[in-house]
Amino acid sequence: MTTTHDGCLATRRLILKGAGAVTLTGLGIISFGMASAFAAANDKYPEDAFKQKGAAEAIKSLYGRTAEPSDKIKLDAPEIAENGAVVPISVNTTLTEVTSISFLASENPNALAAVYRIPPGTLPSVANRLKLAKTCNVIVIVESGGKLYSATKEVKVTVGGCGG
Amino acid sequence: MASTIRVRAISSGETTEVQVLIQHPMDSGFVKDAKGEIIPPHFIQQLIFEYDGRNVFVADWGAAVSKDPYVKFSFKGGNKGDDLKISWVDNKGETDTTTAKIQ
Repeated sequence: MTTTHDGCLATRRLILKGAGAVTLTGLGIISFGMASAFAAANDKYPEDAFKQKGAAEAIKSLYGRTAEPSDKIKLDAPEIAENGAVVPISVNTTLTEVTSISFLASENPNALAAVYRIPPGTLPSVANRLKLAKTCNVIVIVESGGKLYSATKEVKVTVGGCGG
Repeated sequence: MASTIRVRAISSGETTEVQVLIQHPMDSGFVKDAKGEIIPPHFIQQLIFEYDGRNVFVADWGAAVSKDPYVKFSFKGGNKGDDLKISWVDNKGETDTTTAKIQ
């Protein structure tokens, strides 16, 4: 199983590299669109995105583009989290054609926390519990109709979720 | 061994609401133990929900998901008595799978 997995990752990396090379020749938008469509079409774990330090880098690694804020996303998170190890965060949205919802915490060692893929027929609404290292902005990215939308909320953390 | 996965899937007719709770340490690799040694990362990377031969929900998780993770979502369809298959794999290659009946 390990071999197959590595093989697939290597293939994907090659394809992403290929997309990068095309970008340099000036076909940026098209190739990024292709890379993103490819990423959405399979169910591979986005290992590189989870290794990125900052939120912006993780979003770029995951989707290859940036998000615009939207008031159609409802992000529920506590104002103050007494225990950063378990912070209940939920999101739902009135945006249509949602294909994925991602959660990021700006001050965590690796910003990306979770990515949920929403196939057709599944409602764009997710609740989960995340660890927050310290007071930070929780960012939710909703991929809808091939575009990215975001919502942000600051959560004050009194005891961090990284073991202090 | 009892399954690490606890599921509640309830059909309301049009949609099925799924809640799942998994027993897993979700060690981030940033925390030190009592001796001051770093606890190596050990966390679930992918959690897949399968209904009627297709994936209805796929979660990719990093180390920032809380210990004993919980997640809730809903999908359209799903009949009472049907099977919902849930499986996870973590960064050490450990896995667990369970099948729950929709209520």
